Amino acid sequence: MSEMRELLVDTATRQFADLCTNAAFDVAETGSLDLRLWQALEDTGLAAATQSEARGGAGADLGDALAVVREAGSAGLPAPLAETLIAELMLASASLPPLAGPLSVGPVLGRSELELKRANNAWQLHGTMKRIPWGRHAHAVVALAEYDGKNATVVVQHPAVSRQSANYAREPRDTMHFDGLLIPDGDVSVPGSGMSVDQLQVTGALFRSVAMAGALFRTLQTTVEYAMQRQQFGRPIGKFQAIQQQVAILASQVAAANAAADAAVEAATHDLAAATFEIAAAKTRVGEAAGIAAAIAHQVHGAMGFSYEYSLQRSTRRLWSWRDEFGSEAEWAAWIGKTVARVGGRGLWAFVTSPVKNVSSAKT
Amino acid sequence: MVMPSFRFAKTSFPSAAAELREQVRQFVTEQEACGSFVCGPGSWTRFDADMSAKIGAQGWIGMTWPKRYGGHERSALERYVVTEELLAAGVPLRAHYSADRQIGPLILQFGNEEQRRRLLPLIAAGKCACAIGLSEPDSGSDLAAMRTRATRVDGGWRVEGRKMWIGHAHKAQILNLFLRTSSTEESRHSGISRFLIDMSWPGITVRPIINLHGDHDYNEVVFDDLFVPDNMVVGEIGQAWSQLGSDLAYERSAPDRWLGAFETLKCMIDELARRPGPRQEEACGRLVAHLWTFREMSLSIAGMLERGQLPNVEAAVVKDLGTAFDQEIPNVARSLFSESMRADLDDDNLFEAVLDYDLLYAPSLSIKGGTREMLRNAIARGLGLR
Ligand SMILES: Cc1cc2nc3c(=O)[nH]c(=O)nc-3n(C[C@H](O)[C@H](O)[C@H](O)COP(=O)(O)OP(=O)(O)OC[C@H]3O[C@@H](n4cnc5c(N)ncnc54)[C@H](O)[C@@H]3O)c2cc1C
Repeated sequence: MSEMRELLVDTATRQFADLCTNAAFDVAETGSLDLRLWQALEDTGLAAATQSEARGGAGADLGDALAVVREAGSAGLPAPLAETLIAELMLASASLPPLAGPLSVGPVLGRSELELKRANNAWQLHGTMKRIPWGRHAHAVVALAEYDGKNATVVVQHPAVSRQSANYAREPRDTMHFDGLLIPDGDVSVPGSGMSVDQLQVTGALFRSVAMAGALFRTLQTTVEYAMQRQQFGRPIGKFQAIQQQVAILASQVAAANAAADAAVEAATHDLAAATFEIAAAKTRVGEAAGIAAAIAHQVHGAMGFSYEYSLQRSTRRLWSWRDEFGSEAEWAAWIGKTVARVGGRGLWAFVTSPVKNVSSAKT
Repeated sequence: MVMPSFRFAKTSFPSAAAELREQVRQFVTEQEACGSFVCGPGSWTRFDADMSAKIGAQGWIGMTWPKRYGGHERSALERYVVTEELLAAGVPLRAHYSADRQIGPLILQFGNEEQRRRLLPLIAAGKCACAIGLSEPDSGSDLAAMRTRATRVDGGWRVEGRKMWIGHAHKAQILNLFLRTSSTEESRHSGISRFLIDMSWPGITVRPIINLHGDHDYNEVVFDDLFVPDNMVVGEIGQAWSQLGSDLAYERSAPDRWLGAFETLKCMIDELARRPGPRQEEACGRLVAHLWTFREMSLSIAGMLERGQLPNVEAAVVKDLGTAFDQEIPNVARSLFSESMRADLDDDNLFEAVLDYDLLYAPSLSIKGGTREMLRNAIARGLGLR
């Protein structure tokens, strides 16, 4: 680990432990965002971890930022940190200036949802974006809209939410409806620049995979501790072989998920645009591990794990939510299937050992 | 609480790896072109002494060992590259595989100078197949229950007993034999020793055991008044139990653990290319995501070996998940690429033949080299639960 990464992870771990109190989760559970909590993330600079030095950041690379996201996933941090970090990546790639958070991004469903129109010398935004993470709390949402067959990045300041909803962890996932909303010229990128909807989907999948890797690790820790401490029949339940075997499966899934997420992070840090296969594979593998791990963790915890009071659900409800977001494992697996079908059985090994070269050649 | 061993550190290849990989691919292409092997059922698990000698001549056996013992002083990661390339290409490797993976490193670690000088160069040349003698009729998972024993005689030991399920004992030159050299009174784990047996010595009877695929793969090996000279004892008498940990880490960590049904997966993807279907796409894509993850994990383990660590628990994780993966592939294949579809394939299409092999061998994968349950026991121990 580089010094920068060590420092960031250390700061993040300590800060998230301070911030993620029972009271903070109770507040978040009602759909609110604790603004002091958010301010703390801005003060330490964690909320700007994807900002390059040229744009006023501290010079962390994508891998450093994702190491923070992993810790946030482990802590269950109830704030749009990942979304704010992704928003900055979108702004940078569209050559728009950085913004103060909390921010959100869209569309998040892997499809085009917005359209820009030019009328009376002004930009107008049309369309409906669904499931926008933390939408109601976002100072701005960085959105992708189609204009004239091209893709543009649009900053929607103080967006109005038309319908509030939430994921299984009660993190806000809101609908935004735009019916000709006027957008200042400075908040629209040159059409054809910036991320595409597909690239946002891939980036989101990466961030969710990494957050899940963290949450999975926490799930394992919580479960092992509980199995050692909970006594039945005169001994810790962790002494029963049936429990040991289940926890071993849990640990293996967590190890595989983390290996997959780490490999995707490395590929993306090297070249995000060329890391689609690695990210697809990570989201597929981690998403599958999430389901298996959460089920075992709950079984080992008995009734305690099902209670709101006990912390396990903070990890498992996030795992159940995040595995669906930015593409489920079924969707990404299908993408991989289509991709490898182009190289065929004989090309499979060369593909797996060098996906970058092969994804691009498979596309042409 | 910290559980660092469950984080497989991301490992990357050294710069020399790309060239080496190309060399191996070149070799494979040439060998296939001249017909010295054909891809097919059994893949790399096939025994072919000629092929092993060719691979030895390339310098790809004993790669990490010192040159004075016939090795090549390459890194564990370079060795990893060669191993995964040969496995994935389905080149027959059985005639040197356990010697290269397990027995050679153990002779290097625990053997005496004479054993190293005599055996390691032969192994590295691909001319010395080794079998492993652990299991017995009444000792499977419970290795300490072994009863094959040796008694002290002038200049060596006399061996009596019976080993079971010994893979390729009928083709091997050397048997790596674990047995008792003293009674079990003090502790079940003391008094176990490791001998190297020359399979041509008198006093050894090898009886075939045919497996459910109809192959003669493993054997019963009976020792009747077998004499073993002192210089074939590996390490200290009575101390072999503690060597077993290294055996298992070497045996369990390699990429063979998740490349056992690769031929079937390749056929599935060929069919997918010919006749795309959404369920097949999803199923194949998922398996490829798993394959890629396993590769990252095995690579990470190679990195740990390179740094001199003994990643026992990590190796158990990869073996448990990897064998389940190899068992799942034929199961997915038979269900999603239906019998009617397979029946209509060209006569020279390999799908049915490799599926037959991979499906019928599947049950053995989570038994040999430590059962699934024993692996999970080891993982639970690593977590502090045992
Ligand atoms: C194809 C093949 C090749 C082989 N090659 C070799 C070889 O070359 N050399 C060699 O020495 N051996 C070899 N073996 C034998 C192999 O190592 C043993 O089969 C294995 O160690 C398990 O022993 P067992 O078959 O006696 O099963 P058992 O130990 O009798 O186990 C039967 C079942 O009970 C379970 N069980 C046992 N103990 C426990 C426990 N403590 N907790 C929970 N569950 C338990 C097992 O997991 C398994 O499910 C080979 C086996 C196969 C199938």
